[in-house]
Amino acid sequence: MNIVVCVKQIPDPADPPAMDEAKGTLNRNGKLIMDDSDSYGVEMALQLAEQAGGGEVTLVSMAPNNETSGLRTALAMGAAKAVLISDEALAGSDALSTAKVLARSVERVSPDLVIAATESTDGYTGTTPVQLAELLGWPSVTFAKKISIADGKVHVQRQTEVGYDDVECPLPAVVTVTAGVVEPRYPSFKGIMAAKSKPVDQLTLSDIGLEASQVGAAGAGQKVTSVEAAPQRASGDIVVDDGDAYQRIVQFLQELKLV
Amino acid sequence: MTIDRILVIAESNDGQVLPASLELLTEARSISGKVDAIAWGKDTASLAAEVGSYGAGRLFDVGDIGESLPGPYVASVIATIVNSENAPSIILAPTTYDCRDIIGRLSVKIDRPVITNVVGLDQEGDTISSSHVLFGGSQIATAQFTGQMPWIFVVKSKTFTAEPSNGQPAEVISMQAGDLGTTANASIVSHHVETQSGPKLDEADVVVSGGRGLGSQEAYSMVEELAELLHGAAGASRAIVDSGWVPYSRQVGQTGKTVKPTVYIACGISGATQHLVGMKGAKNIIAINKDQEAPIFSVADLGIVGDVHQIMPKLIEAIKGLA
Ligand SMILES: Cc1cc2nc3c(=O)[nH]c(=O)nc-3n(C[C@H](O)[C@H](O)[C@H](O)COP(=O)(O)OP(=O)(O)OC[C@H]3O[C@@H](n4cnc5c(N)ncnc54)[C@H](O)[C@@H]3O)c2cc1C
Ligand SMILES: Nc1ncnc2c1ncn2[C@@H]1O[C@H](COP(=O)(O)O)[C@@H](O)[C@H]1O
Repeated sequence: MNIVVCVKQIPDPADPPAMDEAKGTLNRNGKLIMDDSDSYGVEMALQLAEQAGGGEVTLVSMAPNNETSGLRTALAMGAAKAVLISDEALAGSDALSTAKVLARSVERVSPDLVIAATESTDGYTGTTPVQLAELLGWPSVTFAKKISIADGKVHVQRQTEVGYDDVECPLPAVVTVTAGVVEPRYPSFKGIMAAKSKPVDQLTLSDIGLEASQVGAAGAGQKVTSVEAAPQRASGDIVVDDGDAYQRIVQFLQELKLV
Repeated sequence: MTIDRILVIAESNDGQVLPASLELLTEARSISGKVDAIAWGKDTASLAAEVGSYGAGRLFDVGDIGESLPGPYVASVIATIVNSENAPSIILAPTTYDCRDIIGRLSVKIDRPVITNVVGLDQEGDTISSSHVLFGGSQIATAQFTGQMPWIFVVKSKTFTAEPSNGQPAEVISMQAGDLGTTANASIVSHHVETQSGPKLDEADVVVSGGRGLGSQEAYSMVEELAELLHGAAGASRAIVDSGWVPYSRQVGQTGKTVKPTVYIACGISGATQHLVGMKGAKNIIAINKDQEAPIFSVADLGIVGDVHQIMPKLIEAIKGLA
């Protein structure tokens, strides 16, 4: 069972990047880390490969400046190797351009299964993985809260508005996972040391056979036209509970004629 | 490029079009006189009256797709429509599980980008600007397409208000998906409903939500009880969804539901920016939190600094007493 996990490397959400108002894109010059949302996919892939009794977990990532720090975290968790696409022409890529790049990278590995997160922390379009599936010509199952593999099929509990559906899908396929699908492990010291020497295949656009005009800002077909401060909501009465503060809530609801 | 036809994805459940799709039909008819809808399922034709009454002239019917996931089928049919004389200038989809699947596949099939997480649309002549919430609602960005039509927008629910226009039933046009290869090979084996009584979270007039401050899964029953007494819905922060206390369908926030009730009551929720974007649009906000510095108080009309375990039982008893 060979599995590819899409790993997005993003600025630390605890230290968010500023919007570059002139360019209308996010400033992504600082160090990047693995998107927390992808740690679930990495863990799930490691467990599925182990249950299948063998096979490798390969990471694919598209990131600026040959950034590998986020990939090293996932390699330290136990992934075997990574494919990284980095190219100046990719700046300003939208989800579709990203999916085109990821599709070419996945094709180099030809896995049985691709796992991505339902949505990324910084972009949260939630469309990249399905675009990737369509580019590969594969089925996809999004919003997985549980995954198992049996008889060449992936079985997924897929979240719905009212609960979940059991979905069955032949491989190869793309599956997106939600937080909570598994508990990601912390990399061990040994894992961190081992990750330093694991192979990261660093490629450019021409290596994967894409033209600069098809991707990046050139291929995006959309632009940010303004960024403004949102109107603030004024805060109201703050009351410290003395045992009777619940009455203030009752009164408030009565004024709204809700009780 | 001039804005002509608009195609709205009319997702339905139990024979009823989702409110989020009705909201988009309402918005579509304020932009253009030519609005079409597309739907899939067993008895799609029965939706013709409903989408028609919200302004759709025609309803493209993908037909019964059995237990398959809709993404590949609906995307294929929309691609056919895009390549016909019925080509829309704009495609509007609600932010739902299935519509995101449809749009992802469509975007590849017709090689067009998508603008997602839309919370507003503004038309000026032949341009449309979409608005987006950034950094947990502290900033609003606007975006535009610069390339070829159709322009695809995926819009958050409650962005617009659904209003019927008393239009005639839409003309039903049967469509057939093209060759889907293996892309449609995923199928639903069984459905599981985690019971939820009362109004839906994103439609309720009162929403009572609980967070990690409740301390335990058992304490969430106070949230449910209060919601029921107020004829409202129970919601949650992501922290307790991730902990498995409540299903994801209850999550309010950036990656959950957007709610705009008359009153939102946050119990033991800190008010992280990702939570605030989902509920800041409530007309009134009440917060109970033991930490005076909790950010939820910055948006609360009434904030009670105190322990949910002290306050909620008394509140529930008092409201029962009024009934
Ligand atoms: C990409 C991304 C998307 C996200 N999307 C969402 C989303 O859609 N929705 C969402 O909610 N979050 C979302 N989050 C998570 C968000 O950042 C917060 O982690 C989460 O909202 C915190 O939940 P909480 O308020 O329940 O928990 P905490 O932040 O732990 O807050 C608990 C609060 O309870 C109070 N408290 C403790 N004990 C008591 C008591 N006895 N009585 C009263 N008060 C008490 C504490 O003072 C504290 O303020 C997202 C995060 C990321 C990175
Ligand atoms: N640049 C990228 N590199 C690797 N994976 C990505 C990248 N962008 C998106 N993904 C994957 O697609 C998921 C959804 O991303 P998004 O469409 O941005 O919400 C992410 O959580 C990742 O798993």
